[in-house]
Amino acid sequence: MTIPLDLPEAHSVHAPQHPAAAVDDAELTEKTVFGFWLYLMSDVVLFATLFAVYAVVCRSYAGGPTGRELFDLGFVLAETGVLLLSSVTFGFVTLAAQENRKQAVFLWMAVTFVVGAVFIAMELYEFNHLIEEGAGPSRSAFLSAYFALVGTHGLHVFTGLLWMIAMIVQLARDGLTAAVHRRLGLLGLFWHFLDVIWIVVFTEVYLIGVL
Amino acid sequence: MADRKTEHLPGAGASLHHYARGMLLSVILTLAAFALVMTGALPRNATIFVILVLAAIQIFVHLVDFLHIDGSLEQRWNVYAALFALLVVGILVGGSIWIMFSAHERMKPDMPGMTMPPETF
Repeated sequence: MTIPLDLPEAHSVHAPQHPAAAVDDAELTEKTVFGFWLYLMSDVVLFATLFAVYAVVCRSYAGGPTGRELFDLGFVLAETGVLLLSSVTFGFVTLAAQENRKQAVFLWMAVTFVVGAVFIAMELYEFNHLIEEGAGPSRSAFLSAYFALVGTHGLHVFTGLLWMIAMIVQLARDGLTAAVHRRLGLLGLFWHFLDVIWIVVFTEVYLIGVL
Repeated sequence: MADRKTEHLPGAGASLHHYARGMLLSVILTLAAFALVMTGALPRNATIFVILVLAAIQIFVHLVDFLHIDGSLEQRWNVYAALFALLVVGILVGGSIWIMFSAHERMKPDMPGMTMPPETF
């Protein structure tokens, strides 16, 4: 994963009011957002391979437990609600950043971090519970594909949490500079993108899995 | 100057009503999908079809209200990249399912004309 943290923008940090610097910032932002979008599209392909593997082996139980026996839809619905809530609270980060309200950006970023951490905690609890029941990734092809797919999504969310910590540090250190605005925008894309991937996860893995 | 800093960012034209509408529609679509599966109100194949449609609608809602894809000229290359990714996804997922299920059908042990002894598998 590449997060553009060291782009040549030192000049804009110190002189954001300069007209020429602002034009550079706008162009840099446009290019950076497009580059990040291309990374997200490559991530779509990564997830597509994992979804394809899961679709192929999702009934290969090797005599082990099936999705219907393992998955607790109420718990998954709660996880889905938590992730959706974190997407909306990140929306408030975006709105606050637009209005240059630094304290509000701090607050909503912290809220999003906590809600995202709750999602990760729920997922770890679920994985731990499955492994304790003897339904770990080595039990069957179905469970290998399940842990690979849902685990990869979880790793992405975890990376998003680390990124949020980095943004909170930068916000405290630099304030709402052009660079911080840009990174907040990219983090927003990343975070909402992960919620889109989760829609496919809960539909393909959990809902169709128990049918 | 605030506008200069954020005008090219994703979510530049976003407002509270986008997030409110996205949240409301997502809650409804998610609950509908889970309710269909948990109650078993429809036959299995119909349920799968309906929840796939609900998921597609919810992805569209997220793209518009959270990721702010609005089809404007500025986003043309983003949309092209997304369409290309979608093509690759279609080939990967569709192709994998097609090939593997076809292979699965052809390797059924009770196929007529199968002469190899079963222990060679």
